[in-house]
Amino acid sequence: MFDKPLAFWLIQSLNSLSLGGLLFLLSAGFSLIFGLMRIANLSHGAYFMFGAYVGLSVLRAGYPFGVAMVAAGLAVALLGGLIERFVIRRLSGNPLAQVLATLGIAFIIADGCLLLWTGDPQQLPSPEFLQGVFRIDEVAFPKYRVAVVGVAIVFAIALWLLLEKTRIGAMIRAGVDDMEMARGVGIPVSALFTMVFCLGSFLAGVGGVLGGPILSVYPGLDTDMLPLALVVVILGGVGSLGGAFVGSFIIGFIYTFGQTLFPDLAYMILFLPMIIVLAIRPRGLFGRIGA
Amino acid sequence: MSAAMTQNAELALEVRGLRKAFGGLPATNDVSLSIAAGERRLIIGPNGAGKTTLFNLIAGDLRADQGSIKLFGEEVARLRTDQRAQRGLARTFQIITLFPRDTLAHNVVLAMLGLSPSRWDALRPLSRRRDLYEKARGVLARVGLESAAERPLAQVSYGEKRRVEIAMALAQNPRLLLLDEPLAGLSQEERQSVQALLAAIPRDITVIMIEHDMDTALSFAERITLLHYGKVIVEGTRAEVVAHPRTREVYLGA
Amino acid sequence: MNRTALIACAALAALIPLVAGDYYINLSSQILIAAVFALSLNLLVGYGGLTSLGHAAYMGVSAYLSGWLFLKFGMGHLLSAPLAVLGTTLMAALFGLIALRASGIGFLMITLALGQVLWGLAFRWVSVTNGDNGLSGLTRPMPFGIDLTGAIPFYYFTLLISIVSIACIAAFSYSAFGAVLRGTRDQPRRMLALGHNVWMVRYVTFITAGFWSAVSGLLYVYYHKFIHPAALALTNSAEVLLMVIAGGTGTLVGPVVGAIVVILLKNYVSAFVERWTMLLGFVFLLIVLFMPDGLVPGFKRLWVRFARRHA
Repeated sequence: MFDKPLAFWLIQSLNSLSLGGLLFLLSAGFSLIFGLMRIANLSHGAYFMFGAYVGLSVLRAGYPFGVAMVAAGLAVALLGGLIERFVIRRLSGNPLAQVLATLGIAFIIADGCLLLWTGDPQQLPSPEFLQGVFRIDEVAFPKYRVAVVGVAIVFAIALWLLLEKTRIGAMIRAGVDDMEMARGVGIPVSALFTMVFCLGSFLAGVGGVLGGPILSVYPGLDTDMLPLALVVVILGGVGSLGGAFVGSFIIGFIYTFGQTLFPDLAYMILFLPMIIVLAIRPRGLFGRIGA
Repeated sequence: MSAAMTQNAELALEVRGLRKAFGGLPATNDVSLSIAAGERRLIIGPNGAGKTTLFNLIAGDLRADQGSIKLFGEEVARLRTDQRAQRGLARTFQIITLFPRDTLAHNVVLAMLGLSPSRWDALRPLSRRRDLYEKARGVLARVGLESAAERPLAQVSYGEKRRVEIAMALAQNPRLLLLDEPLAGLSQEERQSVQALLAAIPRDITVIMIEHDMDTALSFAERITLLHYGKVIVEGTRAEVVAHPRTREVYLGA
Repeated sequence: MNRTALIACAALAALIPLVAGDYYINLSSQILIAAVFALSLNLLVGYGGLTSLGHAAYMGVSAYLSGWLFLKFGMGHLLSAPLAVLGTTLMAALFGLIALRASGIGFLMITLALGQVLWGLAFRWVSVTNGDNGLSGLTRPMPFGIDLTGAIPFYYFTLLISIVSIACIAAFSYSAFGAVLRGTRDQPRRMLALGHNVWMVRYVTFITAGFWSAVSGLLYVYYHKFIHPAALALTNSAEVLLMVIAGGTGTLVGPVVGAIVVILLKNYVSAFVERWTMLLGFVFLLIVLFMPDGLVPGFKRLWVRFARRHA
């Protein structure tokens, strides 16, 4: 294992970072939704996949990559908003029922995607200007992966600004900290819920398209991504953006290096940080409320 | 045995330097109490004084940030709620949280099972345990509810539920009993029957009670502790506390 | 459900092969296997109040262990069966320690994650599990030399094991422990105050649920003579949860009814409709939205209303 050249470590690190970036887009939304609404949105993996498929279709229609990302984000946000309004809200007060409802919806979306886009795995082409590599000292870093890390960081900063510097962000943070108090202070909880759900869905959709060139799009992408989001959130703590950020990159590294060094047991390696965190600190690294 | 040790063994509850803060706000602020075996202690204080928090700390529902809690000489601050119950601590809750779909008898049986090795029996049908249900009926008889033993808890009145709760606590054969506002929400009639119940609690059970209903509570109490903002303000015999100027301050808001 | 009713049902079940052809006999075997599986989950969900979305893992691991012991060591069923169940139960003991760090939604998420990790392992650890090809060429046991390849003998074998399993699970729920378990579901804080070690009660239940799921896993792999990672997929965990919820949690009959409904639906519907997963999702959604108590309590309510109106 230690006989690998420096190039190997550098490339795998880049892969870890880009996976981490994708996981951040996936789990930030999940964490916010859980933190504010106390719902573990089990459709989140399906949203990611649906976003990727929408992006694929938009790209095939000839539009540029950026448009595909935004379109996918909006499409998933719309879907999420409708689901929140007509299903989740009907079950308010019963978080378990809400979670089970999202599970049912996950199956519907997943099968719907299979119906609309067939079962063949598809490759999402990355934008032309990002194809190819950066060469630094004989090491070839795929441009696209670097871009993914960049985009994830941009989103992270934007979300941080939203939460820390805007009024809406303050309301969200208040709601995550203490819902009763927030309600009492007059925060419009229903509208906030819908907003956060749409935001989370948007992020998942964008993540799906962004991840397309790396992960490709295939039936089963949803069930591959969902446990990763869960592990990130268990690790980083629910409702914490910082936790989602740190957790995503930790899992990105563990999964990537695990895959290359111990391919058979990569999934088990995902286990370990989750177990360690649960054993020592059930709230997660940064979490404020218990899982 | 030295005099100091005999003294400690007579203390049902000894709390020293108890502290609990929620996000910077101290709900319990350096509280110390000594309650003798068999004593009837009343904890009073305005709303938000930290009385129920104190109960939750003593019972184990909350972990103290600092301080020691000794139950009959044994340090219990690091023990779980059920472990403290096993050592003779029983409590009632402000809001009655019993089992509405089960009969009164079944509610009492659950209480009795708490201390019985039978609670781990996963083979024999519980309904066959006539002995448990007989005992449960006996417990209910002591609070005048034997006739309702087979009725679902949801169908009896609030006052009767409160009596069932107290009966369940007594069925645990506790050495220390914590009563959190046992008279709250009761009608005049119900209050009298609960009062009679409380007065009849044998002396080998130490009782600490939180109560707002002064008329009833004062007649029950031997010593009173007044809490405000999580701190002990006044403590002493009934007469002492009632006459104390700070008591009036706290209640009339100086 | 009282003793006579149970015996009547068992008797009826025993008569099925006399009136039905192989297709329906096999279907009945599948229903029995699903019923044991659902009843094992019901211990956690219905009686314990702990919703798990990773229960397929125990059935799957038990099936894989049984198949692997046969293929790798040529081990006979007499030895491989208890080993498979034991191994799975030990796994449940380990997973329970992790999952019970939380309750409610946290518990659900952890069980889901654990289940998915095992599913991924089943796919990736090709040297042991044969990955996407699954383990095939497995055999059915031959208790006392009886050949179970035919539908009828296998059905009676399954019926026997199911009856024993259901009886044990019933004893568990009617026992003092079962009553305490239900108490921890309804008022965990009160139970603690009464001296019950709520965590330990839940932990023992978790292991027991894993044990009976493992038993159903053995029946499963004997029936199919094949095991594939899909058996551990989230869909499977969701299906068994659906059986429990659809039938009605917290009763013995509910999960059995749920198993019957889901298996029949699956078998009939897949003849006409290719989208089983989508249908599963819709059924889930509808039940959660409109009949959250499940079919058995729902119908009980209707029956009571009907009886009252015609009294």
